Amino acid sequence: MNELIPALLRGLWITVQATFGAFALACALGLILAILRRARIKWVSVPMVWLIEFIRTTPLVVQAVFMWMALPRLIGMPLSALTVGILSLGLHYSAYLSEVYRSGIEGVPRGQWEAAVALNFSPAQKWLRIILPQAIPPVLPVMGNYLIVMFKEVPVLMAITLGEMLLAANSYIASTFADGIVPYSLVALFFLAVSYPSSLLVRLMERRLNRQRGTQYGNRIRNRRSRIRGERTV
Amino acid sequence: MEIGFEIVEVGSVVNEPYEGGGKLSMHMHAVPLAETAAERGSVRPMVRFRNIRKSFGELEVLKGVDLDILPGEKVAVIGPSGSGKTTLGRLLMTLEEPTSGTIEVDGEYLWHMEKRGKLVRADEKHLHRMRSKIGMVFQHFNLFPHMTILRNVTEAPIRVLRMRRNEAERLALEMLDKVGLADKRDNYPSQLSGGEKQRVAIARALVMKPQVMIFDEVTSALDPELVGEVLAVIKEIAADGKMTMLLITHEMEFARDVADRVIFIADGRIVEQGPPSRIFTQPESERLQSFLGRFRAYRAGR
Repeated sequence: MNELIPALLRGLWITVQATFGAFALACALGLILAILRRARIKWVSVPMVWLIEFIRTTPLVVQAVFMWMALPRLIGMPLSALTVGILSLGLHYSAYLSEVYRSGIEGVPRGQWEAAVALNFSPAQKWLRIILPQAIPPVLPVMGNYLIVMFKEVPVLMAITLGEMLLAANSYIASTFADGIVPYSLVALFFLAVSYPSSLLVRLMERRLNRQRGTQYGNRIRNRRSRIRGERTV
Repeated sequence: MEIGFEIVEVGSVVNEPYEGGGKLSMHMHAVPLAETAAERGSVRPMVRFRNIRKSFGELEVLKGVDLDILPGEKVAVIGPSGSGKTTLGRLLMTLEEPTSGTIEVDGEYLWHMEKRGKLVRADEKHLHRMRSKIGMVFQHFNLFPHMTILRNVTEAPIRVLRMRRNEAERLALEMLDKVGLADKRDNYPSQLSGGEKQRVAIARALVMKPQVMIFDEVTSALDPELVGEVLAVIKEIAADGKMTMLLITHEMEFARDVADRVIFIADGRIVEQGPPSRIFTQPESERLQSFLGRFRAYRAGR
């Protein structure tokens, strides 16, 4: 028991690293995929649709072990399990996040795109200044949920020897010949201790966003902020 | 018969951008011409539609439209809904691509460019350059909801024209003042009435100093009591005289008061055109007569 808890905590730390690393990658890559699949040029958009479908219809564990084997050969140097774990988990979920972005982008009224054209914004300015600031806030809670889902998916990376909690529990059981009930229960408990408060946070964020949308783009909140800064308010 | 306007004493200022001072002295005589002034080479049209067709799938919305708009001319487009009049403005703003035909703006092709002597489809760079001459105000305002009123107006000058922020703000406040909304600078669009939103949208388009401005049914989405304030602003801009204006509208009195020429479109074709004084009092075609008749009956019944 004296060895189990520290081992699990080390596993938790690796799990958290893998989660946030992969989430950051998935957010960036997902946005690129979402924008590219809207490209008017067919030979850009169509391969993106294929790629997203391919990633979503093959299991994460297969993608992970494939990359674990293939990536070091491809670049000719060894990679840590954490690196490959972040890459595979991030790539996998970028396909899902690209769909989340897509729903956000499709929620922006057509008139906004047309106003951006009429005012002659460049494609990059149109995305950064007009479309994304309106597309992303409504889907932030969904993205938060994916963060939690990804956190819970990390044990899959045990298959590529990532030293997360489940692998730590297994090693403990193997080396001490202990019964599995306690170690595995503790792993579940550790996940619960992180996931549940996180999901409450996401729900809180969702409620706040809904309230903001109720007052249409949060004038009340913005006014409160500008009052604090001592600026003129509405 | 085609109706045009004789323009005399145009001088050398015709192709100057309109911000080049208030000395653009056009004396307009309502002299009907057998051919347009443009075709005689006396003045180049600001906008020229040539045999424009536009189809959406099976449906042909524009069936060959020819139209010249002279610099500074105010052209009102009227017609039943579904006649294609809005599409005309959207083609000019590059929101839709014509199925066939050409559009010229200020002497250059809009949707095409010349490459090794051949006319090819315009690339984004060409469209970007051409769009700087054109502005548009939409039926549904399309203000940016995540920006304050001031930023709605300054965003494009700062990002697109690379104007310095304080310069852009000075200009924006000038424009907002013109539409009577300078005191709303720190509000968000959702806090404004429809009429106010539309006036901001006008200021936002004006600040880019387009040579041609398209007003696409700008009062159709407004409550009746808010229509007047928006039309008053447009009338004031029109009175400045320098800007070429394409007014797609349902407001007949407004078309009569502001336009130099009224175009009646039905079923994707220009059926009749002429000065408002004639179009509204002596319509020649049966289509226009029945359109105006229905309009008057609706007005009377309201």
